[in-house]
Amino acid sequence: MVTENSLSEATVVARAALSGVERAPGAAKPDAILNASGVRREFGGIVAVDVEHVEIQRGSITALIGPNGAGKTTLFNLLTGFDKANTGSWAFNGKSMEHVAPHKTASLGMVRTFQLTKSLTKLSVIENMRLGATDQKGEKWWNGLFGRIWKAQEASITERAEELLNRFKIGHMRDEYAGALSGGQRKLLEMARALMTNPTLVMLDEPMAGVNPALKQNLNEHIRGLRDQGMTVLFVEHDMDMVHDVSDWVIVMAEGRIIAEGTPDDISKNPAVIDAYLGTRQGQSLLEDE
Amino acid sequence: MDWSLIIENSIKGFIGINAVYFAIAAIGLNVQFGFTGLLNFGQAGFMACGAYGLGMTAHYFGISMWWGIPIGIAFSVVLGFLMGIPTLRLRADYLAIVTIASAEIIRLVVRSVKFKTYFGGSDGINGFSDSFRNIGDDIGIVQANQYGFWPLRFTGREIWTLVVGWVVVAVVAYFVYLLMKSPWGRVLKAIREDEDAVRSLGKSVFSYKMQSLILGGAIGTMSGMIFALDRGSVQPDNYSRDVTFYILTALVLGGVAKVSGSIVGPMIFWGIFTFMDNFLRQVAKDPVHLGNFTIMKSTQVGQLNYMLIGLTLILLMVYRPQGVFGNRKEMAFDGH
Repeated sequence: MVTENSLSEATVVARAALSGVERAPGAAKPDAILNASGVRREFGGIVAVDVEHVEIQRGSITALIGPNGAGKTTLFNLLTGFDKANTGSWAFNGKSMEHVAPHKTASLGMVRTFQLTKSLTKLSVIENMRLGATDQKGEKWWNGLFGRIWKAQEASITERAEELLNRFKIGHMRDEYAGALSGGQRKLLEMARALMTNPTLVMLDEPMAGVNPALKQNLNEHIRGLRDQGMTVLFVEHDMDMVHDVSDWVIVMAEGRIIAEGTPDDISKNPAVIDAYLGTRQGQSLLEDE
Repeated sequence: MDWSLIIENSIKGFIGINAVYFAIAAIGLNVQFGFTGLLNFGQAGFMACGAYGLGMTAHYFGISMWWGIPIGIAFSVVLGFLMGIPTLRLRADYLAIVTIASAEIIRLVVRSVKFKTYFGGSDGINGFSDSFRNIGDDIGIVQANQYGFWPLRFTGREIWTLVVGWVVVAVVAYFVYLLMKSPWGRVLKAIREDEDAVRSLGKSVFSYKMQSLILGGAIGTMSGMIFALDRGSVQPDNYSRDVTFYILTALVLGGVAKVSGSIVGPMIFWGIFTFMDNFLRQVAKDPVHLGNFTIMKSTQVGQLNYMLIGLTLILLMVYRPQGVFGNRKEMAFDGH
């Protein structure tokens, strides 16, 4: 368990802000960066997502958990424009996002990663990183012809990319093809690449899947680091220990709906959540090391 | 067996006009297929845009041939939009279907009797290239004269087209090389691998794919122009499916996603093709008889040559899938 005195200032602020929030699905947050209402997505006869209302507190780390097939990834896809909702409205920083194309959400400051990592294996690690930078002059073909138009910007992008790679401890892989990285390193690369877009909201889809336990601790720190730099983090995760460790707030989904919200401690004791995960009431905490 | 003729012709095949127009078309196809991963099977359609752009100036518009260059490029841009708008949002295979069909539609329309006034029907269009030939004459390359020495002997007419052709190859290749080194090229290469990753990083994949399709198509258009200028005529059946697939073959032979590959591939392709053709023809002149069985009649040369080309390509794909210039490492990590 994380002890009180080891918590960063940002953690304390985030948790204090959330302390007064009602522990109920769809609870209003004091300063929401993202809020969504009536979001519904059906695949044939199956209702994959049916979220009445949800808000994400700015500057916090919010975990989105739930059993397989609960609709977490689908909700991610809807919010980021990678899938189209049947109904619903949502806003990011007050801007309505229902009809925004996926590539525009990133430039608005809302960036996501994928459950199955999408490192571009045939580009080098540093090229992967450079790709993440937005508003590059050289990405217009008529500018691309003239190095003097984009070379300076490229140099500053490279510098920022190297800094991030070093922070994520994959700086030594800079010139390797991304395909040469291990699964865990690819997760790190994808996260670092997402940060190249200078996001305000980072949405991570199962950042821990396939990552070995030693690296998990490391990733936890990186996620806290993002929040300490002022970003808001929303992540999907199955690893309950990690959720408990790193998140300020937990939202639980099951069968497409949000069934519970609260602090990690509340959630791990919530009977509805235990039901959703295990089917029948076991009366036990979900954490191994309570 | 006349080896000096075989060698001379093979070298001509290696650097000749066929290699030139294939190389330009392959550079364009490489932008689409090699760098962006777009399956354009209709490069012949783009080439027809260029050829007919030139031809129609004299035949239909009645204006100077040089207007044919912007007209041809305008045709190819329109064609690019027509192919791209419905398909670039879909999976890659749909583009393949649409491009192959579009190229055939173009060929069938331009050779139809109905539109003979515009495109000249199956006879095509002739006699539009004088203003191009005249420049050659003006700078003193006499069309009928022989220039050079064995094994490099060309007529003045050939030399003039070759010089212009290779200059176009060099300029276009350098243009594409610069683009692929730029951040723009990086986005294309990223799209080739995973569109969703690129989308999640804030790039409009559709727009980049469209740019790539049109740019590659416009380069293909220039290839059609060079070809039409060399022949001094435009024939609809020069822009059939097989042309696209031979160009694709030559590109893969040279190595995809490398600008040098798209130049050297066509050279090797035509070098080998011409060598085999000439060699087999020499064999057929003096056929070997084994009882009733004759090895190589002159009528068999063409068929056998295509078979051997096919065999060469199969062997190449098995033993060197990245082509002559391709990067093995870039090919090595498939999927994840």
